[in-house]
Amino acid sequence: MAVMSFFANPHRFMAASKWPAWGFTALGVALIAFGVWRGLLAPEDHQQDERARMMFVHVPAMWLSLFAYAFMVGASLVSFVWRHAIADVAAKSAAPIGAVFTAIGLMTGSIWGYTTWGTWWEWGDARLVSVLVLFFIYLGYIAVWQAMETPQKAARAASILCLVGAVNLPIIHFSVEWFAVLHQQSTFMTTDDRATAEFKIPMYISALGYLALFGGLTLMNMRAEIMRTRAEMLFQRRQAAD
Amino acid sequence: MSGSFAVFMRELKLAWSGGGGAALPVGFFAAAASMTPFAVGSDTIALQTAGPGVIWIALALSSLLPMERLFQADLEDGTLDAYASSGVGMEGIALAKTLAHWIATGIPLALVSPILWIMLQGAPEASGLVAGAALVGSLAFFFFGSVGAALAAGMRRGGLLIALVTLPLYVPTMIFGAATLDAAASGGDWLGPLMLTGSAALFGIATSPFGAAMALRTAID
Repeated sequence: MAVMSFFANPHRFMAASKWPAWGFTALGVALIAFGVWRGLLAPEDHQQDERARMMFVHVPAMWLSLFAYAFMVGASLVSFVWRHAIADVAAKSAAPIGAVFTAIGLMTGSIWGYTTWGTWWEWGDARLVSVLVLFFIYLGYIAVWQAMETPQKAARAASILCLVGAVNLPIIHFSVEWFAVLHQQSTFMTTDDRATAEFKIPMYISALGYLALFGGLTLMNMRAEIMRTRAEMLFQRRQAAD
Repeated sequence: MSGSFAVFMRELKLAWSGGGGAALPVGFFAAAASMTPFAVGSDTIALQTAGPGVIWIALALSSLLPMERLFQADLEDGTLDAYASSGVGMEGIALAKTLAHWIATGIPLALVSPILWIMLQGAPEASGLVAGAALVGSLAFFFFGSVGAALAAGMRRGGLLIALVTLPLYVPTMIFGAATLDAAASGGDWLGPLMLTGSAALFGIATSPFGAAMALRTAID
């Protein structure tokens, strides 16, 4: 709580976040590069051979797509209950990054699916379809921010939408799973559960890198948002003075 | 409670006396479903395969049509401010308005659906089931849509935003409702999917007035 009220002041936030923003981004890039490099050197998986190496890019992106949404839900809750200015900015800034992680996950998953299942898209796989719906929820959230006239109203509306999405996501996932059971033609196997230690460690390193990159990019986006607000205020003050 | 009921009766009278409040969505519903043979072909088997899904998509889109004006008109002319200061909870008002609009528009949509079903070569014996499923499904569509409607009420061109925000929430109802019609077409077990459609509707009725009310309170600030 003390930390939360401390950062409610944008000046303190700007002073404290300058180096972490760059630091986390650099750390993320380094960790992802290291994890993927280690992954490419790992021995071949006997089930999927070279194709399984997609997991170092794909699986962390999928984790982060959910993590980013959970982060937005937390920030929206804080924003809604305490009208915390920085929480609004945090939720808004995380959204495009989460959406991009979701898109990366969908695209790499699609490529992986083509090489292993022989199809670019499989409606019978519940996870694939749920993630697509999550992507649309991200788009709706970003659209609400852009459509509202005042930032205060946009923040309230966006946080309501984020919470409504959080309540509905489990139900959507359950219904899509039910749909997949009805329509599934064949059972797909993934190597995620059977992955060996040589595969798991580089994947966790890569996932840590994704997490650091998410933190760094979100901080940068938040800083840019605060600077934009300041620039607008400065502009209005100048116009008023003239 | 009596306040919500008064709002409900007022909305119902307005919807009926306005003359043809339901005509536009029903016309859209019929026209959209009638496009199917032109796209799929007039082959009976093909139409029977596509029919349940097409009817359900057309129902969902027709339910989105009245959403743009659901709260917007009342926000613009100040009715919503009067409601807010009347002491009736905003949740009750969102519930009453959505229910009234469903009775005025959703029920006519459900009544038309068996005609479209038979036109798309569905078995006439299943007509009752189709109308029942559309009744339950449109209830779910209206209530999930009311959240999007409330979020977009303060915007000048909110229609597309309502669709983008609401369609992901329609996914469960879409799956269960279309599965009900599929079962009706193939003579399978339709009770399970119909009950799941009903549970989606109940969930929508139970939760969405709260989301819509939060958004409406923001809009009148």
